[in-house]
Amino acid sequence: MTGANGDFLFLLLGIGGILVLATTIGAVLKHRIAPDGSNPTIENLNARIMAWWGMTALLAIAFLAGRTGVIILFAFCSFAALREFMTLTTKSAADHWPIAVAFFVVLPVQYYLIWIDWYGLYSIFIPVYVFLLLPIITVLQGDTRNVFIRISETQWALMICVFCASHVPALLTLQIEGYEGRNILLIAFLIVVVQLSDVLQYTWGKLIGKHKVAPALSPSKTWEGLLGGVASATLVGTALWWITPFTVWQAAAMSLAITLCGFFGGLVMSAIKRDRGVKDWGHLIAGHGGFIDRLDSVVFSAPIFFHLVRYYWSSV
Amino acid sequence: MISVLARLTGAAIILFARFITAVRAIWDGIEPVPRQRIYFANHASNGDTILIWTVLPPAIRARTRPVAAADYWLQSPLRRFIGQDVLNTVLIDRRPEARNHDPMALILEAVDDGASLIIFPEGQRNATNAPLLPFKSGLYNISTARPQVDLVPVWIENLNSVMPKGKIIPIPLLCTVTFGAPIRAEPDEPREAFLTRAQEAVLALAPRPAEDPQ
Repeated sequence: MTGANGDFLFLLLGIGGILVLATTIGAVLKHRIAPDGSNPTIENLNARIMAWWGMTALLAIAFLAGRTGVIILFAFCSFAALREFMTLTTKSAADHWPIAVAFFVVLPVQYYLIWIDWYGLYSIFIPVYVFLLLPIITVLQGDTRNVFIRISETQWALMICVFCASHVPALLTLQIEGYEGRNILLIAFLIVVVQLSDVLQYTWGKLIGKHKVAPALSPSKTWEGLLGGVASATLVGTALWWITPFTVWQAAAMSLAITLCGFFGGLVMSAIKRDRGVKDWGHLIAGHGGFIDRLDSVVFSAPIFFHLVRYYWSSV
Repeated sequence: MISVLARLTGAAIILFARFITAVRAIWDGIEPVPRQRIYFANHASNGDTILIWTVLPPAIRARTRPVAAADYWLQSPLRRFIGQDVLNTVLIDRRPEARNHDPMALILEAVDDGASLIIFPEGQRNATNAPLLPFKSGLYNISTARPQVDLVPVWIENLNSVMPKGKIIPIPLLCTVTFGAPIRAEPDEPREAFLTRAQEAVLALAPRPAEDPQ
């Protein structure tokens, strides 16, 4: 365990160093270009960096609190994400009870199942039981207008915001030979690589981005940003092989897999925002938007990362 | 003792309101400065008073009194405590036959004490599909009696989905409270013209239906 703590501390120092560097660059840019705060890109950049300090601190505290801390943190993230998502879904007055059940029964039960490490149930609870039972509660309210859309969107919200997000703390339940007591570093690896990929895509895109990947879906995603971000995040992920149960080449392949999932996740969520006519999912994280704006890539990569690790490395 | 309990309850109510709605204030054409004002808002949920109260900055909140219905807020000891001690409401009786006071006199008394007010000029919760019910005359009467006070239009978005009429458990959804540029009744402005203008000022703050971003 001391080994895991030591590695974690080392990683934290590395992230702290990057943030100090980013904060310095942000301050210099502001001082040189627009000291009066008149450049919105620089202001947004600095707001994002400040929010990163906060998010890193929260994650570090949760990690030090161990399994319970991580599960509570992600249960809260799921709650905040679901709150944002359900604000934009198709609803009718008849959906009051099904939505209350989604928030106050489904979400806590899913995280409780992860806490008691019941893989057989938490991996099918929402895709099977909730998928079938929640529509029953919905139709029993007697309102058939848009009912197909309403139950579909509610289920999709639960899959993304609760089921997929809960696979981050679920990484703690995997048992990997020779990696006992170090699972928290798997979460650190996933989050660092995926979030760094987002940041690097943004940075490469701002610096040299010209050709849009999917102009219909997102105006800010460019080929230069995508390739530069994925390549550099994969390099960093490869360099982090020592905190994982992977070899160097395995770490590279895993990094590539999760950065690509993260990128396409961002694209999907961006398309949904467009459909609903909003720019951000919410406003709680200054500079970033809502929780889903920050979590979209993690949410899409977490279950796939979880199952790849479970299939190839886990003994349960 | 009561005042400590009231403060704690107030803090708990604000925390709960933020937990459920992550409510955000949008100051659009007006700044949150501690000046005497009368906030008038659309009314679709029992939580409206609390939501506006929650988003006001503490210094402003402390001097703002919601105008509310006595028959609702005196119904149980808990409501009486929240209504009188926590929210410091100006309680008025909506039933002319039962009341022994003039609502307008109570409201003007509060204004003359320097308090800001929160009022819902529709007079009741709007359970229809129309965005607003026609405004009652109270707003006009207040503005003509105290023409120096700014009237601030307010639009509360989404709370009626969080807690529709008749439901006990609120569902968590994002809400916003938008404050707009203040209005006053002009000298000699007819009642109907003023009320129409006031309704339009509130409606203008409602988010426009989703449109395609460019």
